[in-house]
Formats: sequence, structure tokens, C-alpha cells
Amino acid sequence: MTRKITLTINGKPFSHEVEPRMLLIHYLREVAGFTGPHIGCETSICGACTVALDGKAVKSCTMFAVQADGRDVLTIEGLASNGDLHPVQEAFWNQHGLQCGFCTPGMIMAARQLLERNPHPTEDEIRHGLEGNLCRCTGYQHIVNAVKEAAAKAGA
Amino acid sequence: MATTITKTETLVGKSIRRQEDPRLITGTATYVDDIKMPGMHHACILRSPHAAARIRSINVQPALALPGVVAVFTGADIGSVGPVPCGASLPGLRIPPHSILAKDRVYFVGHPVAVAVATDRYVAADALDLIEVEYDPTPAVADPEKALEPGAPAVHPEWTDNIAFTYHQEGGEPEKSFAEAEVVVKQRIISQRLIPTAMETRGVVADYHGAEKSLNLYSSTQIPHLMRTLVAQMLGLAENRLRVVTPEVGGGFGSKLNVYAEEALMGFVSMRIGKPVKWIESRRENFQCTIHGRGHVDYYEIAARRDGTVLGLRLKLIQDLGAYHQLLTPAIPTLSVLMMPGLYKFRNISADIIGVFTNCVPTDAYRGAGRPEATHGVERMMDLLAAELHMDPAELRLINFIGMDEFPYSTATGLSYDSGNYAEPLKKALDIVEYHKLRDQQKQAKAAGRLMGIGISTYGEICAFGPSPATPAGGWESATVKIEPSGKVTVMTGTSPHGQGEETTFAQIAADELGVALDDIMVVHGDTAVVQYGIGTFGSRATAVGGPALYYALQDLKKKIVKFGEVLLESDDVSFAAGQCICNRTGKTVSLAQVAGASYRAMKLPPNTEPGLVATHFWEPPNFAFPFGAHIVVSEVDRDTGQVRLVRYVAVDDCGNIINPLLVDGQVHGGVVQGLGQALYEQAVYDENGQLITGELMDYALPKATMVPWIESSHTVTPSPVNPLGVKGVGEAGTIGASPAIVNSVVDALSGLGVRHIDMPLTPERVWNLIQAGGAA
Repeated sequence: MTRKITLTINGKPFSHEVEPRMLLIHYLREVAGFTGPHIGCETSICGACTVALDGKAVKSCTMFAVQADGRDVLTIEGLASNGDLHPVQEAFWNQHGLQCGFCTPGMIMAARQLLERNPHPTEDEIRHGLEGNLCRCTGYQHIVNAVKEAAAKAGA
Repeated sequence: MATTITKTETLVGKSIRRQEDPRLITGTATYVDDIKMPGMHHACILRSPHAAARIRSINVQPALALPGVVAVFTGADIGSVGPVPCGASLPGLRIPPHSILAKDRVYFVGHPVAVAVATDRYVAADALDLIEVEYDPTPAVADPEKALEPGAPAVHPEWTDNIAFTYHQEGGEPEKSFAEAEVVVKQRIISQRLIPTAMETRGVVADYHGAEKSLNLYSSTQIPHLMRTLVAQMLGLAENRLRVVTPEVGGGFGSKLNVYAEEALMGFVSMRIGKPVKWIESRRENFQCTIHGRGHVDYYEIAARRDGTVLGLRLKLIQDLGAYHQLLTPAIPTLSVLMMPGLYKFRNISADIIGVFTNCVPTDAYRGAGRPEATHGVERMMDLLAAELHMDPAELRLINFIGMDEFPYSTATGLSYDSGNYAEPLKKALDIVEYHKLRDQQKQAKAAGRLMGIGISTYGEICAFGPSPATPAGGWESATVKIEPSGKVTVMTGTSPHGQGEETTFAQIAADELGVALDDIMVVHGDTAVVQYGIGTFGSRATAVGGPALYYALQDLKKKIVKFGEVLLESDDVSFAAGQCICNRTGKTVSLAQVAGASYRAMKLPPNTEPGLVATHFWEPPNFAFPFGAHIVVSEVDRDTGQVRLVRYVAVDDCGNIINPLLVDGQVHGGVVQGLGQALYEQAVYDENGQLITGELMDYALPKATMVPWIESSHTVTPSPVNPLGVKGVGEAGTIGASPAIVNSVVDALSGLGVRHIDMPLTPERVWNLIQAGGAA
């Protein structure tokens, strides 16, 4: 048994028949072809699967694809526009905010939301805002620096 | 802040943002799970829920009846597929046969029992629920000390003492040193089992081509070439018909320095079904079935004179091996023994390792691999000795360091430390924290009823693995440099970077040597069909062993460039610099691109010279490299909750010459936080029946951004004489330095209560209980 869903991903319309039990992350990765968001834990802890749903960061491993019916999804692939990196992407690059890169798509999506809600966060606020995203490589310090840089550039 | 490079300038030593990042920050990199192939099937693996059991029967028929399921295989089907390899050898080592699927027994929770293959990932998972397995559970043992007790359940029935090996090493005259000692301090110290937790779990895609008898294996690994050799043996394939590709690898930390059952199993499945097949490890599987790290119970004794001079060190090391040997399992504790003297002039050493089987997943190399355990031990013992002698722990270290005029220094464990100035990073760290002021503040805090502590660790590590005779599979590394006809440069390294950034640092080295722009260089790795044989990335070796291989390949190439330059410039006095050949008499120049084009067109060859500009170098290091450093932690313990707060973390590391400071800082930060995770939060917990209690990220406390302090990282630079780049390696340093600095600081904070030692992790509960007990452990 399948259900038809219609949604927007990175500004483009998508429509598929999916099993009701299919997770949004599997739909994005395996049906719609957006492999930027990753699967790191399947339990909502690591945040590697973070995407924006109607503008709000969600962990797409803990949502069914059918719950995204009629909604607007932004993944890491849709963040750069016309070949220009989003300021958060650019800042992660400049500040070496990633090593293996596996958590990075989710981390960038979470950082983007953090800055939308709080354009001038303190270090504590940055760390708190990224608490739902795990990174095993960086020790977080360069990620904190990246968010600071993105905030400073947006404020400049 | 990184610099953006647009023009050729000296790049080695500069903080340059990474070449690999554009694909990673845009979500366009390809990890194993991103691979899709026509006709690709999906595999899920049924695993034992018991730590020890006999398998009475397996019925796969209900699973096979599920639409979409194409095959189910069990241990009865795998025929001649060879065992999961153990690459370590020790005298008398007992090696249990390690089949890729369980035959008649299971030995740990997560032991693979059957594999279901379906056209869809969800259907493959559904199929597992339909496989009927009858188990007869048998008694299990998960604690290595309990496993050694008489009458303990035998993990492998043929070896009732559960001992896989014993190993003794000594140097100097340990008995005499203890007999003559004025002070002897003893302590039992635990380095708990940890779960490496790379953010990307393991995964394999296998694609067999029957007509060619060739197999392409895509695996998230740190060692593509070694995997090819070993998996070819397991599957009975010709090695030249097995291609291993490591696409993007989402972290390893040693957990992917291995050959697991699943690589051969997926190869077997693809060969049987004649289609590509993908298996992606779930996080639960990752915790149950990918190797764990550490797992020591150590009994230390230190002998010293009253003036603080250390004389001898004794260690009885009980290593929890788990149920099997993975690739390097039994070798890891021997690294602890090698490094047990640390940075000090211990001339007398005695160590006994007991390698113990338990009904748990095997332990193996996890970031630091034996060296964090050794450093934690010796650095705790130095603090215990300082407390016993009422000496300042910094002073005790300074009087016992190997002097900077004593290098190369032969240790009592048989190593030759390459170079060092061990006092310098400690003095620098003491200056940064303003140590004497801190001690005054500590007194004031104590007077005010607060528990403030200062912890020091001065670590040394063995890395840049390493001279081949000292390694199980060759310790050299390889590089090929190709200058293409257009003058663009391709570097192929036998290392297998997975986050460390060698696509950038190796490009920096090549750019400087050839005088070309960074963007004109492409660094290729991780495909055995493309890259010459290599050893891989682990043990802080990629830059320190792979870097020199690249350096020497570049030197060979530069000689050839000059030869072609001489032909083009019709001169015998030509030099090559800044990307062009110049005639030193006329000043006429030709660019590297012109030289490269001429070398391939080969209209006129220099004497005794082949066409083209390609050079390959396999570099054998003459010795290991030995980085060192000093970490100081200031902590405060909440008397009411037992919560530890790290107020300051100062790291002064010496990894020799630095190619990219930004990347080195990244390695230090990440390393420190993994050591911090061990010190404060992380622990793999098995219950008495061998059930893994910490089976998910919900139960295993990986450090989050809020759980770590700002790390004040700086360096001293003592070049290594072992290699032409003077580099030493930095991947593991942070992890090795961190845990003793943190634990020493908390013990210091609680010393007024009579606390002299605490085992990791320093959970609030453990610390609170100590405080309530007035310091009695």
C-alpha cells in the first residue's frame, strides 16, 4: 500500500507514491535523490539528517515522508544560490569547521536556523543551539568559530 | 581564519582552507550509502541477541517467502570463505576461528548469524524478523577480571582459562630498582571500554562481474589496499581482480582500520546473486559489532627515591580482548607497554600483559590505540608519586624528563625517541595558565569551601607507523606524482585520508616543490585500481610517512623536469624553480606546462630518459616519530552534585614542523575532545550477561558542543630528524594528552578529602559518591 505525496524540495516540485512507513530521510536520499543529508543514528540524537521543513530545522530520520506532504523542504543541496555559497557554508570552509564532513550538512542547517533566530549569538548560545548535532571530529571549536564568522559577516 | 590562495607563494606552514571542503559543505560528496547501481540489492544482517549460545536451528524459509527477498544465507552456506583475519602475531597466541557468519555458536551480542538480501532496504529489514533461530543460551562473561577467575564461563570452550596470550617485557633491572627504592606507590587504574562512534557507520557495496571473475568493493575504510589483499584471500579471488574503493569516509578513529566480516560477506553475496548489493550498518550494529577501544585494567607500581627521582615502573595489564581477534586486537596492549615510560628516565621496566577473552565485541585500535592507556597510567602514577612525596607535580616531571641533549634516546622498552625538548611545552603551558597564581587561587577557593583542581599531563607518543620490521603489514608509504601533458599535477597517495585533510596538505607540499598553484593539483587516494599499493591512514602516519614519500617522488620528478628543460633550452646549465626551467646563462625560460607537453610528445628525449613526467616513490621510514606535549586543565567540582566543570584547557603540543596550522589545530581540538569524552562521559557498559547496555547514542554519552570547554591550543616545534619534512604526526596527540590532565585536575580538586585516585568516566554520580564517602574510594 502506498500513498501519493507532493512536496517542494529545494524550490522544485516532487511527487511520488511512497509507503506510509518510509522515513523522510530515506525519501530524500533514495527516492528524490538528495544524498546531502546523512543518516548517523536513526534515533534523533546526531542531527546529521537535519533539513529545514517550512523553514524550521527538523531531523528527517524521525519523520515519515507522508508527513512532509504539501510542505517545503530545504536540504543542504539547496542552500547555495546561483553557485554562491551560503554565508554559513563559506564560514565552515574558512574556519575549518569540518573534517570528515559527515555531520556537516546537518550541522550547517542547524547553524543556519540558529543564526536566523539569534543573529548575534554568544559562544554559549552557539554551543547550546548546536546541542542537537553531534560531531566526532572537530571538538566543535572550529564550528563555533564558523558560526561566529557567519554572524559577524551578516552583521557587517 | 584561513587564507585564500590565488598565486604561487610558499604554502607549507600556512593556514589554508581545505581543498576537500567544497563537496562536503554542499552535500555533494559521495559516501558509501550514496552509491546507487542498476540492479542493486540491499542486505540486512541478523545478529545474535545472546552473548553466548549454541545455535540449535535456523529456519530461513519464512523469510524467503517474503516478496522481494531474493536470498538468505547462514553460516551453513558460506562454504570456503576464509576467516576474518588477525594480522597480529605474538608467541603462543590463541586465535579462535572467526567465521564471517556464526556456525554452531555465537560469542557476543551482535554476532552475525544470517544475512537477508532483498530488492528493497525495508524488505531486507522485514526479512530478519521472519528468520527463526533457536538458541540454547549458555553462561557468558563480560568482565575481563571475572573471566580470569577459576570456574568462569569459558568464552571459547576449548580454552577454559579465557587467556588468549600472555606477554612479558622488561628492560634494565626492575627487581633491583624496586628493592632499592625509598618509595613505592601502587595503583589499580582502569581505561574503560569505549565505542569509537565515527559519525558515518560502516558500509559496503559489492559488485561482482562474473564474466571477468572480478569484484568491486566500495567500503568505508582506512586501509583500502590491505583490505584488498585480505578480502581477496578470504573470498579466494585473484587479488588483481578485486578493486577496493573508499569513497568519502565519514570518520574512522581506528574503527575502520580493520577488515570485518561484512566486507567478505557482501562480496560473497554479490558473487552468489550476481547483482550489486549494499549493506549499511545501523548505529545499533555499529555499537554492537564494530570494534571498541581501550578495555584495560592496569596494576601499576612506581619506584622512586625520596628526592623524586623515578627508578622503575611495573605494570600488570589485563586486556579485555572481546570474543575474537580483529585485525590488530592482540597487538594494541603491546603499544601500551612500549610507551609506558612516557617522557621520563625510567631505566627499569617490567610489564606483563594478560590478553583475556570475554563475550563482548572485540577491542582494537581506537584513536591512540594503547598509548592513551599508557599515558593515563604513567601520568596518574607521577601525580600519585608527587602526592606521596608532597612535591609539586610540575616539579616532579621537570626533574625526571629525558634531557634535550640525550636524543636520540634509547628507552628501557627498546625504542629510540627521535628528538625532543620535553620541558619546553610544560614550561610554556605553566606560563599560559600562570601556574603559581593559580595555586594561590586554589588556596583561596579551598578556604571558601570550593573544590578547584589543577591537572597536568605531559605525554609522549609513538606515531608515524613505522619502520616495516616493527609493523605487521609494512610500515612504508607510497606516492606517485604525475604531471599531465597540460602541466596540471596529479598526486596519488597510498594513504587513505578520511577527514585529516591530506588533499590539502599534500597539495601544499607539491605546490611548493613544483611552484604551481594549489588548484592545479589534484590529490587522489582510496581506489586500488588507480593508486599504487599503499598502507593507509592510521597511527598519525599519513603526513609523517606518506608526506616524505610524496616529497621524494617530487625530487625524482624535478630531476627529470630539468633534463627536459635542458633539451628545450638547449643548455646544460638549467635549474627548475617557481614553476619554470631557466637557463642560468641566457635567462631564457620554459614553463612547466611546456616541459610537460614536450615530455609526452617526445619529439626529442634527453639521453637515457623515458617519455612522460611520472614518478613513484615507496618510502621506508628509518624510525617512528615521537611527538610530545603538555596539557593543563583547571577544573572545579560542584560539592553538591559531583559535576565537574572544566574552567580552562591549555594544550601545548609539539608535532614537529607544521604544514597547515589550521588543520593541526583541528586535529588537536578533536583529539582532546575524544580524550575528554573518555575522562568525563563515555563508557561501553555490558551487563553481567554480556548485554550491551549502552547500545545507542541515547545511552552512550558522546560529547556535545555544550559539554566541552574552549581549548587554548599552542605549539612548540622540535623537528623530527626521521624524515625530510621534519613532521611528527598529530592525529592522536590530543586524545593521549587529555584524559590524565582532566583526571589529575579532579583528583587535585578532591585531594583535600583524601582522594588519591578516581577511575574514568568521572560521572557526577561517581564523584558525588566519593565526596559523600569523604574521599574513600
